[in-house]
Amino acid sequence: MELEKFELGATHYKESDLKEGKLLSLPWTPNLKYAWDNGVAIGRYLAELKEGRIIARKCNKCRRIMLPPRMFCELCWRPTDEWVYVQDTGRVNTFSICYVNWDASRIKKGEKPHLPAVIEIDGASPGMGILHLLGEVEPEEIKIGMKVRAVWKKPEEREGAITDILYFKPVRR
Amino acid sequence: MAYQRVAIVGAGITKFVRRAQETGKELAFQAAKMALDSCGLTMKDIECVSLGTAPDAFDGVHMKGEYLSDGSGGWRKPYMRHFVGGGTGVFAPIHGWFHVASGMFDTCLVVCSEKMSSCHPHPQGAFKTIFDHTTEQPLNPTLIWIFALEMNRYMQTYGITKEEIALVSVKNKKNAMDHPSAQLPMEITVEDVLNSEVLAWPVNRLDISPASDGAAAIVLASEHVAKRITDKPVWIDGVGWNLDTAYWATRDLAYPRYVEKAARMAYEMAGIKEPQKEIEIAEPYDPFDYKELHHMEGLLLADRGKAVEMLLDGKTQRDGDRPMCPSGGALGVGNPIAATGLMKVIEIFLQLRGEAGKRQVPGNPRCGLAQAWGDLMQVGTVVVLRR
Repeated sequence: MELEKFELGATHYKESDLKEGKLLSLPWTPNLKYAWDNGVAIGRYLAELKEGRIIARKCNKCRRIMLPPRMFCELCWRPTDEWVYVQDTGRVNTFSICYVNWDASRIKKGEKPHLPAVIEIDGASPGMGILHLLGEVEPEEIKIGMKVRAVWKKPEEREGAITDILYFKPVRR
Repeated sequence: MAYQRVAIVGAGITKFVRRAQETGKELAFQAAKMALDSCGLTMKDIECVSLGTAPDAFDGVHMKGEYLSDGSGGWRKPYMRHFVGGGTGVFAPIHGWFHVASGMFDTCLVVCSEKMSSCHPHPQGAFKTIFDHTTEQPLNPTLIWIFALEMNRYMQTYGITKEEIALVSVKNKKNAMDHPSAQLPMEITVEDVLNSEVLAWPVNRLDISPASDGAAAIVLASEHVAKRITDKPVWIDGVGWNLDTAYWATRDLAYPRYVEKAARMAYEMAGIKEPQKEIEIAEPYDPFDYKELHHMEGLLLADRGKAVEMLLDGKTQRDGDRPMCPSGGALGVGNPIAATGLMKVIEIFLQLRGEAGKRQVPGNPRCGLAQAWGDLMQVGTVVVLRR
């Protein structure tokens, strides 16, 4: 068989065909609401963030100090053993300079790009990164391996969320 | 391990388009019908149906497997849906393989259908909920972040440049000019890629595959049945799949170890000792251009950090020593998630049969591989095919 010898299905239409009413479609905007339970490990993690501290969980078998904390070690497949406070500093494992929003819309003119990064937190095991944002830094200054420190919300504004850390900023000498 | 040998005996595919007038069911029917027609079978000859389709959130249809069942030929048959994110399309032949290899069935119709265009303003929005709801979603991540973060780490680890990676996009979009299903066939230059809109540095618009609608299907048969259907069966000689941790930020982003584990599983089953010598042609998953190189290394088709050398030497061109994505890949043919992986399997099927038309690679290859990847960039799915 060769694909060229068949009449292939699927008929393309343009986005404007919908707007101009050349094709009919039925729109639906779901209004669903969810409440995600924090669970045991992340519950404590968030409670500590509210106090301005980062807490990890240690497995005494592989000796990894894990972030985000979990009540089980996915490598050893056993319960983890201890809570361990770690630093609010770390190093940039990798980063991006992002000009699109979560829904693929573009950031507005003059708006600063999003600066997501994987940050390896000091005191956790090597390679234990978390996803967060960078700030107080020009995009062209960011380097992999750069040392950074958490910038926290004011204590009275913290709500026990990952966003209690506003972003990580470079540690300048 | 005792199991029936399984062959691919027929294939069908629709065009891949940004927006299809047809529903997902209709696309599934078009691809499935073509697959049966291609090998002279009817639905009566099909003993069970396996369906692959990606997140229900694209369609806003929950239980999408059930929704697509009629168009896929699942009516009053043993029917089952599988879903491993972007890895679904190459999990499809594996899922079908179980059904026939087990001896439960002698034929299985495998269908992958995807309609991403129903999600507005852009299907990318549906990907937000793949991130951890409590520790990541409040940061407003977009899907491109994880690719940009991984690409940057990969480039930094091995000293690879954006210019070099862009060559993958140039190659695959050009290959797609010869694929009748292609959505984004084009002749472009490295400069075009570098000058295209920066979405999330280091990712530019032409580094990425598009959102697409489309469907693909294959017919599987056991050895004794396959030989009655066709004199050119293509055998599924190895299958492998593997999942890494969902704590993705704790992984080595420069190397997809889960792809290696999936590949090793498939190679062991197929008796492949030296993949770089024995795999003559491959369709690694290429939703982003760097992923083709990243996956070639995970598949052990290139040494770590060296896939780029094969690219620069022209070895991965269609007329090169080791053609990669001769179809045009997700970058060129398009990326209707589940259907993309199966499109890659179909390409290897056609190439091994010598029926790839203008896309045919020289050298009459006997052994090829298709791979897909997905979930929270954590699953690898691999099949090894031989004629």
